[in-house]
Formats: sequence, structure tokens, C-alpha cells
Amino acid sequence: MPKNTTIEKILVIGSGPIVIGQAAEFDYSGSQACQALKEEGYTVVLANSNPATIMTDVTVADQIYMEPLTIDFLTKIIRKEQPDAVLPTLGGQTALNLAVELEQTGILGEYDTELLGTPLNAIEQAEDREKFRTLMGELNEPVPDSQIVHSVAEAYDFAHDIGYPVIVRPAYTLGGTGGGMCYDERELKEITRNGLALSPVHQCLIEKNIAGFKEIEYEVMRDKHDQAIVVCNMENVDPVGIHTGDSVVVAPSQTLSDRENQLLRNASLKIIRALDIEGGCNVQLALDPDSFTYYVIEVNPRVSRSSALASKATGYPIAKMAAKIAAGFTLDEIINPITGTTYACFEPALDYVVTKIPRFPFDKFVTGNRYLGTQMKATGEIMAIGRTIEESLLKGVRSLDVGAEELWLPNLADAPVEELKNRLIKADDERLFVLAEVFRRELTVEEIWELTKIDRFFLAKIEQLINLETKVSEKRFLPDALIEAKQSGLSDTHIARLWRATVDDIYDLRMDNNIAPVYKMVDTCAAEFESETPYFYSSYEDENESLKSDRKKILVLGSGPIRIGQGIEFDYATVHSVLAIKEMGYEAIIMNNNPETVSTDFSISDKLYFEPLTLEDVMHVINLEQPEGVIVQFGGQTAINLAEGLKRRGVNILGTDMEAIDKAEDRDQFEQLLNDLKLLRPKGKTVPKLDQAEAAAHNIGYPVLVRPSYVIGGSRMEIVYDDDELHQYLAKSNGADNAHPILIDKYITGIEVEVDAISDGETVIVPGVMEHIERAGVHSGDSIAVYPPQRLSETVKQKCMDATEKIARELRVKGLINIQFIIREDDVYVLEVNPRASRTIPFLSKITGVTMANLATRCILGELLSDMGYDSGILSEQDTISVKVPVFSFEKLRSVDTILGPEMKSTGEAIGHDQTLEKALYKGLIAAGLSVPQEGAVLLTVADKDKSESLQIAERFHHLGFQLFATEGTAAYMNKAGIPVTHVGKIGSSEQNVLSVIENGEVQIVVNTLTSGKKPRSDGFMIRRESVEHGIVCMTNLDTAAAILNVIDATTFSAQPMIDRRAVLI
Amino acid sequence: MTKRQLVLEDGATFEGSGFGADTDSTGEVVFNTGMTGYQEALTNPSGCGQIVTMTYPLIGNCGINRDDFETVTPFIHGLVVKEISEHPSNFRSDESLHDYLKANDIPGISGIDTRKLTKHIRKYGTMKAMVTDTFHPTEKLTEMVKNMPDQTDQVKTTSTVKPYVVPGRGKRIVLMDLGMKHSILRELTKRNCHITVVPYDYSAENILRLKPDGIMLTNGPGNPKNVTGPVAMIKSVLGKIPLFGVCLGHQLFALACGADTEKMALGHRGANQPVKDMEKNKTFMTSQNHSYAIVHESLTGTELELTQFSLNDNSVEGIRHKKYPAFSVQYHPEGSPGPEDTLHLFDDFIQMISESKQKENAYA
Repeated sequence: MPKNTTIEKILVIGSGPIVIGQAAEFDYSGSQACQALKEEGYTVVLANSNPATIMTDVTVADQIYMEPLTIDFLTKIIRKEQPDAVLPTLGGQTALNLAVELEQTGILGEYDTELLGTPLNAIEQAEDREKFRTLMGELNEPVPDSQIVHSVAEAYDFAHDIGYPVIVRPAYTLGGTGGGMCYDERELKEITRNGLALSPVHQCLIEKNIAGFKEIEYEVMRDKHDQAIVVCNMENVDPVGIHTGDSVVVAPSQTLSDRENQLLRNASLKIIRALDIEGGCNVQLALDPDSFTYYVIEVNPRVSRSSALASKATGYPIAKMAAKIAAGFTLDEIINPITGTTYACFEPALDYVVTKIPRFPFDKFVTGNRYLGTQMKATGEIMAIGRTIEESLLKGVRSLDVGAEELWLPNLADAPVEELKNRLIKADDERLFVLAEVFRRELTVEEIWELTKIDRFFLAKIEQLINLETKVSEKRFLPDALIEAKQSGLSDTHIARLWRATVDDIYDLRMDNNIAPVYKMVDTCAAEFESETPYFYSSYEDENESLKSDRKKILVLGSGPIRIGQGIEFDYATVHSVLAIKEMGYEAIIMNNNPETVSTDFSISDKLYFEPLTLEDVMHVINLEQPEGVIVQFGGQTAINLAEGLKRRGVNILGTDMEAIDKAEDRDQFEQLLNDLKLLRPKGKTVPKLDQAEAAAHNIGYPVLVRPSYVIGGSRMEIVYDDDELHQYLAKSNGADNAHPILIDKYITGIEVEVDAISDGETVIVPGVMEHIERAGVHSGDSIAVYPPQRLSETVKQKCMDATEKIARELRVKGLINIQFIIREDDVYVLEVNPRASRTIPFLSKITGVTMANLATRCILGELLSDMGYDSGILSEQDTISVKVPVFSFEKLRSVDTILGPEMKSTGEAIGHDQTLEKALYKGLIAAGLSVPQEGAVLLTVADKDKSESLQIAERFHHLGFQLFATEGTAAYMNKAGIPVTHVGKIGSSEQNVLSVIENGEVQIVVNTLTSGKKPRSDGFMIRRESVEHGIVCMTNLDTAAAILNVIDATTFSAQPMIDRRAVLI
Repeated sequence: MTKRQLVLEDGATFEGSGFGADTDSTGEVVFNTGMTGYQEALTNPSGCGQIVTMTYPLIGNCGINRDDFETVTPFIHGLVVKEISEHPSNFRSDESLHDYLKANDIPGISGIDTRKLTKHIRKYGTMKAMVTDTFHPTEKLTEMVKNMPDQTDQVKTTSTVKPYVVPGRGKRIVLMDLGMKHSILRELTKRNCHITVVPYDYSAENILRLKPDGIMLTNGPGNPKNVTGPVAMIKSVLGKIPLFGVCLGHQLFALACGADTEKMALGHRGANQPVKDMEKNKTFMTSQNHSYAIVHESLTGTELELTQFSLNDNSVEGIRHKKYPAFSVQYHPEGSPGPEDTLHLFDDFIQMISESKQKENAYA
């Protein structure tokens, strides 16, 4: 049956900014879908507010609206574009929820716009807990005992009946937001209240605990002829109880007999048929490990994170197929793009094991609640492919990029066994490492099974690895042991630790003995049919299938899993680099391990190696492919960190030299560089001893920025204002020494400016200068960036340009460079230099129209900007104003402080663009999921140092008709200045207090700045967390507050009395 | 573990470790792409005389249980895997795959680059092979494999010797055992059939004497042309008893109606084979295990019509007699292992019996 010809124009709704539970996978599926529809000749209109995506590139759709994903804006788009159909199944929960709302507003009916993919009632049947249970009842498919509740009291009654523990699942939230396992009444009350608040329909499901059951997922597809297939099934290593996004998952299932597999497969197919879905669907089931009893846990009537994983795991492009099916095609007429000869109507056969391991943000959020439960906490994930569980699992561990290239963490090696056992009972983010450690302590499979209920099959595999570890360590430098170790997936680093040798020793011994992996193809059919997919993974086996071509090749290293500080932006740059390399006639080879992203779509590059990004793994590919060189500057810190080792092994690093990276990263060299170039930087000093800190701070002058030298990024960096705060900071740090001195820098309160430049070594161009709304001190990734800058003079901009040019030339940058400045008055201070792609590349590329990563790649490969028609300088500014607004996932990370500071906390970004700054900001804030209330009340709790500044803010809120609440100190201060403020009590006081006004929804905005000391459980912390739990805007920075005020001011009318003018009487 | 190797007739060798029985064995080396269901696959009598390579690398994870056998004694001649599970884990597991093969005198070989082997078979076709603990001299081993006679009596080996009854109160079915998988029996008993299982050489006369409502021909191993008895039987009962054939039964039905069969280069073995049912205008996932197929062109001039074909290679997957109530499919509608998406064929069979009864009555 050919395509649907009654429609021509399709509106695709994207998933918006990246948050935990909805990440890069929707960039991958969305881009695929748009391209598939375009291929079929449809006009594609795309709505997505996430500028960091490939999906919002001009080439992906015919019309792209980077507007907030709200009903208001979508309605405007629909009125303007009048699409024939809307496709909401590829933009995650966000798009699906919007589709439901759009239908309810009647706009779809008004324009006769059809909903493609999943019928509306299917969305409701899958998402609405009540309707879901009813449908399962009709289908005779079992669901765990459960009850829908709309209040905490109802939840309490039901839990009392069925007994604890119970699981709370809020309706219509993504990634299990707001849900969780409750072991007692207190937890039930807390989680249910939170869940009800977060559910858009104020509905939660209280469910019987089936923890300990196996959790199995089926990725199912169906077309309009009712032809349905299972693309992949996956088994969670962690049993039910831990969100699948936070679980280690293997594909295909490992511990299911065919009968169990068919039982669950049949159920999954029955469900997709009953829901009448035309496209993809994810079914999660729980299977009793001791019988054939199973339950349907959840159904996602759309393309999901799991389907992105399944696509990469099998090679079967689910999103592309789902889009074609939505457009009317059937599975038996779509060609399987992998084999090119067979049809999409088949079920992939794997001849390898895939492991997915989640990547958690707790390296950044050390005080966060690290326990794993039904609410997802991972920011990203990696996937690894091997021919055995061991190989696959250990590759996965290496891919995490957490500094461990094996299942061993030094902090666990010292932990007492009782502590480890407790960590098995209540799982946390280091679970895999804990499992390995308890086997080292000689716990048995049975003992560990008792504590974890992880299937013995997986436990035995880990036990075998630990046994092998012992065996190998006794056979130092014996090639036979080395072969066995490598075949079981042990890394060189691991073997080096066991043999007390260096990685280079191991590597050399391997090369001398010809111990190296071969590469196998991912072909969807277990070699049954011939295929030419350029998609490979390594294994220590016989036959190599990756044949080296005669073409000149360039290897690009990707950025690995998405984490805070290294997000989808780097994948964007990587993809553009790969495309540029192809355009230039080279063979573009990419290595990466993130299953969610576009860069690991095998159709992007000429060759994809789905591999860990470690020195060892990269060297293997280089040895085979013999590329001209390697590009590391687009893959974030992951790729940059590999440069040194690669260089040591004689690999040609293309683009900016290693020395330049050192000059920018090493503090002494950096200082020298700026001195030589006569550029300003904030005054600073490195002190090796704690008692020298005070003198240094006095010498520099408060406020100062302090941080330990051994941490990178912004972690553990603080701004201190006086001796007391300095001492408190020093008391918390573990002490400094010569190896790990403390860095003290002058904290300059100026405007922070960010510049991304492209350089070929001679010409340096800056596509755009960005200004941050928040003053310096807030991590650039967490600040609102504005383009073009609104507060900078031409002179200042030119100074920034000159500094950029000087630095880029001095470092002989070939490619991209990112520089952060602080502007005070007309002085330009250089804060930081990163000679690589930055987070702002996609944003800037899109708003300026300059494809920066493409140009940078051309420069890296020797083309000259002058030949492309560019002269050094800032490119001319655009008329419209664009803002990049950070998006946080605080609702999902309990116990994480929401205060903004030098350490990055955001997980994504949204764009707002319009004719004026206020309009752009309004859109940006809305797109970032914040509400901009036009009226109501504001709670102010500000630190003493901020009081005078906050006065202005209070006055403006008052002026705009907002009621003001404040705690005692602040209230007194404001009242004294003549601003009417209602005083609320402190936390714990029985009267109306700071928490009760948030809890009861009496305030719509909270302004809270950090009081000194930074106790992790301070009152301020509770205020901030309470705001998050209740979805209330909480600003922790006065600049952000002022910006929002401007927006409110611009979008509302205030009541103004007539100004008393002297009448002119004639 | 002993070192063991797989020697192919074209001289290729694959070295690995031995498991299962410590015996040498010869057979036809084939590959199966199913990711679950090794127990069913290796006990499928259609695999008689075959050395089965599993393309999924981890085999034996669930052990062997008492329930999922497709035959009482397995007939395969060897099992080739990448990794044999040393720690099977499943609530039904009674013994390890290693112990089971050992008890049944079947050698296994692990540590093989099964993907390389699969690609080799794909390129050069299924061929004769030997699993052996002997390593030298290779030429002599290859020569031995080459000179190995083709097996022609697999159906006789696998079929029941005597008829037996599985009683029921529903339709009376004669089930001709050509190397029957137990699951076929299961699907019929599930539908309350009264089943008389008869050996492959049971005559038409004897069958008619049982006055069955329908006859079903099972799957079975080897070349259909080696099995002449059933062809004659089919010719005699056609039009008298509604007939349903699967796998080898399907091929014999075609031969009986004048069509031809041929050996395929690779055969189909796996649980993901898409088959287009032209009557239902729908594609189904099917479980398959066959080396021979009906020659499509040979249907011309017969009274057979094509009803189903493979979406992958267009080979004949289903036929129907234009005049008589008789149809057959190449695949395993009973699944086990593999999808159960075509179980409705058993219902179609029962339905066909009822309809032809009505017709008889109408004309009576």
C-alpha cells in the first residue's frame, strides 16, 4: 500500500530541551523521522525549542520553528502553516502530551489536521492509569494490583490494604518523574504528594510491589495492515524496582527460554494491536523468575529512549520506519536499509550481546540522593557490543568515562563488607562496581542473589570475571594469560593494575604477540544475508570484517555519554564535522558509544565504530584504518583527554596542537600566555598551604573565587566574601598541599561574555559574541546567554575580538576556540580559554547561520578562511535577538541544591528568539518550562550582601502589582524602605511560614539568594527544594530575577497614578 | 576442556573446545539464527543428521528443562556455539546443555567464531562436516568428510515405528509422523482432537480405515524425494480427507500433486522469517527449519496454487489445492521455538474439515 497521498504537509513536534528522562534519543529519532518524511516527498514543518539538536538544523525540515513547545505557540504554528497532519510520536512524552492538548483545544479539528501514528485514545489508554488498567483487563493481560488515587488519603488507605512496600507512579510524567518505591507511611505521603503535584492530571497509581521480578522490554512495531513485529527484546539486569533508564540493560534477553520469550512477545503484540498504533511502541513487562506469571508494567505508545537503544542495538532504524508507517507505508513494502535487499518486515537476529549502562550525574551532585528507584536519575547512557557478556559489559564500563576502565573503584576497595552489603540492598549509582567488589570479598552468587535478586546468570558472569582477575594476576606477562584476559574483555588498564605495570607495557606486549581485536559487523540478520552496513564493533575473535579502503580517511572521536557539562551540543558538532569531512572527499570514520545520538546513526559517517573511547580502543581502530589523523576537538573533554596518549603513541592529532591545549589548561602556562599577550585576567594566586590563603585573599581583595587545583570544571569552586567564609570553605576542603594547591582568584562582578571563534591559524572569525544575563560566578552553561549582546559597546566587542585573535594566533588554533571574558567598565578580562568546540556551537551556528563546526573542520584539514571569503573579525550581527536559557532536571534529583554557582547543573537548553530582548526572553523562559506569572505573590529571602540590590527588585514587583512575602530580616529591611511586605515565619514556625506559602501555592515566584556557609541542609536549601517539588519558579540569582521582571514588565500593564503636573493656566 | 575442531568438506577448519559427548561425528553443517529456543531447535527431528551452528553466541543460558523437548531423543549430530553457558539459570532448568548432550551422545564445540562460520556457509552453501578431536592430518579428514555418503533414511530414523493414539473428543485426525515435533501434537490436542499418530510408511488404505476427519503431515528431516511412501499415500487420500501439511509434509504434498522440490543453497533456519500470506494479505513472522523448497515454476500445470511466499527470497511458503480441501505451509505454525503468529492455521485446518463435512452433507 503506497503512501498516504491525502496529506502533503506534516507538522512534527520535537521533545524540547533535554532533561533527565528525555534526552538526545529524541534528536536521533526526530531527525530520522523528518528525513524519512522528506524522502517521501512530504513538506515537513518542525517545532522544537532545543537549539542544540541536529533535528533543528535547516536541512532537516522544510520549516523549522524553534519556538516554545506550548499549546499557544503550536496553535500559532498550526494557524500559520495549516499542516494536513501532526506527527507527535517521535518527540517523547512532551510531544504526546501536546497532541492530547491540541486535540482538546479543537484546533486540529478546525484545520482538519489529522493525528498520525498513534490514535488519541491510544495515548490516553496507555498513559492514563485507569484506562490502561481497563484495557489490560479487556485484553486479559495481567497488571499488578493497583489503584488510582487523587489524594494522599486514598493512597494511604490502599497501601494499608495491600501492604508495603508499594510503588507510586504519577500519570503523564516522563522518566517516572515524581514516582518511587515507598517502604512506609511517611515515604508514601511524601512521594504521593509530590507525584500528585507533578502529574498534569493530579493522578497517581499506587501499585503492588513486584520488586525482584525480571524486567523485560519489547520494542514493537505495527502498520495499518495490522502487521506487527518485535524489533528487539531487552532484559534489565536489575530486577523490577529500578527504573529501566537507570538499570543496566542487555539485549537480547539472556535468561529467558523461548517459551517465556514467546509469552511476553505475544502479550506485547496483543497490546500494540489493541492500541491500534501505527508506528513504534515500547512494552515493559515484569516476569516472575520462578514461574510463568508476568505483569504488564508500562506501555509507551511512541518512540522512546528504549527504541533508540533498540535501533542501535539491532541496526533496525525504528524511528525512520515509524515515520514511514505513520505516512501510510506498510512494513512489507519498506526496504530494510541495512541489507538493502530484504524488507523491514522481519525481526532482527543478533549475533552479539549489547549492554547499556546508565551515566549518572553524581560526580557533579555529590550531595544528591544517589539511591536508585522508580524515578530516573541518569542523564545519559552508553552502549557496548561484544560477543560475550563479559566483553560487552566491560566495554560498557570503559565507555562510561568515569575514570574506571574496569569494575574496580578505589573507594570501594577500602569499604567494609557490611557497608557494601547494604549498598547491595539499596542500590545506588555505583551498583556494578559494588557487585564486583563483593565478589572480591568472596561473597557467593547465592549470597548476593539474596540481597539483590539479580539473576544468578549475571552474577555468575561477574564472579567469573573476578576469578579471572585472580588467575591473570598470578601469570604476570604471560601471553596466554593476556589472550584469555583480552578475550574476556579486560582492558589494558585493568591488566596493568593486576600486573603492576603501565598501560604501555601491556599494549606493547600485545602488539609484540599480535593480540588485537577484529571487527564484526552489525547487520540485523546474524550474517544470514549479505549486507554492507558500515557499522562495526570489536571482538577478540578470528575474522575481521572491517576492510580498510584505499581512500584517505579522517577519524573523529565522539563525546560519549551525555552528562552534565558535556551534552548533546558536542554530538551536534561531531556530526557536522563528519559531514564536512565527507564533503571534502575524505572517508569519515567516527568512534562513539552513545546509543542516543545522531552521530552513532550508521548512515551519518562512512564508517561507524561503536566502541569505548579509551586510548586502547582508539588505537585499535587507528592501527586498522591508518587514518591521516584524528580530530579530537569536537568530542568534548572525553576526546580531548585522549589526545596526550594518542600523541605519545605517534598518532597525528589534527587541528590545534596538544601544546595549545596544555597552555590553556595548565594554569602557569595560561598565566604566561596572557602576560605575553598583554591581556588582563583576574588577579590570582596559587597557595600550597591553607594558612597562606588568608594573606593571599587579603592581597587580592574580597570577594575571591576559591577552588582546589586538582578538580576540573567548576566543581567545588566557591565565591567567598570575607575571612569567615574563607575559613569555612577551607575547613571543608581536605587540606591543600604542594601537589594539590588551592587557587584563589579575584572575583570580578562584571558582565560575562562568551566568544566562539573559528581559526585557520591566520584568519580568526567570530560568528557572534554572546553576553550572559547572570554576572560572573554562575557557570556559563547555567547562565542565560543573549545574542547579540545588549550591554556591550563597540569598543568592548572589538577588545574581545582583538583578544580572541591574539590568543588564537598565539596558540596557532586550527578549528574552534571558546573564550570567556568578564567585562568591567571597559576592561576585558580573560577568564577561560578552551581550544575546542564548546557548548554554544549549535546555538550560535543556528542563530548566525554560520555552520561553525563545518568551517572549523575545513580549517583543521588545511583549508583557509580567506579562500572561503572570510576576513578576521566579528561577523555582522543579526537583527533578531536570541537567548539560550538553561534547563534543569531538579525535580528528578532529590537532595540536589538548585542554587546556581560556578558548578554546572543544567541538563539542557532552550532557545527564545524574537524582535526584542524581552520577547525573546519570554519565549526562552517558557520554552525552558518556567512560567512567567503576570500576577500573584513573590517570596523574597535574600542574603545580607544582596539586600540593597534586592530592594530594587522588590520595588519593581510591588510596582507590577505583586504581593510580597519575606522572612523577618528581609521584610524589616524592605518595610523600612517603604515597600509593603508581609512577614512570614521561619521554617518550622506554626504560623504562616516560608515553606507553607510555597506548599499552599500562595506564592508564584521565589527569589532566594545564598546565605553564606553553604550548609547542605540550610533553610535556603529547603526553600529551594520546596519550590522545585511544587513547580514554582525559584530564582537564585538577582540578575535572573531582574531579567524576569523585565519580561513581566513588558508583557503586563501596571496601574500608574497620574503624575502630578503643574497645570499651565492661561 | 578438550580441543576439538570442525572440519568442512571444502577444507575449512574451525578450532574450539569440546563439550557434550566426547565422540567424533559427521553431518551437514547448517546455521540457525534463533536467539532463544536452542532446546527446541536441537530436539527438532528435522535436524536429523545436522551439525547445527547457533549464530547467537551464548547458548545454554537457561539450561535444559523437562518441558521443551520436541522429541524424546535428539537427532542432531553436533552443536556449534561461540560460548556454552557454564552457569545456566532458569527456574525450569534441570540440567546443563553440556550434560544433556553428553547423555545423548552428541558432541558440541564451543569457542568458535560462529559468525565467520555462518558467513562461510552463506557464501559456499550448507555442506558436509565433521566434529572431531583428531587434528591431523587435515587433508585426510577433509577427504573423509567429502566421501561421506549422503544420508537418505532420516525420516525412517525419526518417525514412530508403530501407530499410537492420543485420545480426544473432537475431530479425528491422522497425524503422519515424518519426524514430528511434539508441538504439532500439542496444538492438535489443545483443539480437542482425537489423534492417531501413524508412521511415515503407513498406507492410504490403513489410514482410510481409521475414517479420520482430517490428515496432517508433519515436519521431518532430509530430502522429500527420499520419501516415496507418503507421496503415494497422499495421492490416494487427496479429495477424500482434508489435508494439512507442514514443512516436509508440505513438500510431500507438492510432490504428490506433481510439483517439484529442490535443495536450497542455505535453507531457512530461524525464528524471524517473514512470510506473506496472499489470502490474508498480511505478512507473518514464522519459525522455519528447512533445506529443501518447492520449485515455484513447478506449480504451473498442477492443481496447486501459491498462497504464501517468503518476503526475503520469494521462495514458496504456502500452497493450496485448487479442487480439494488441502493446503500446506513450509514453516512451523506451531512455533516452538519461535513466533506463534500463525497458530491460526491449525484453526483453519479444523475449519476446513468442518466446511468440507458440510459440503459433503449438502451433496449427500
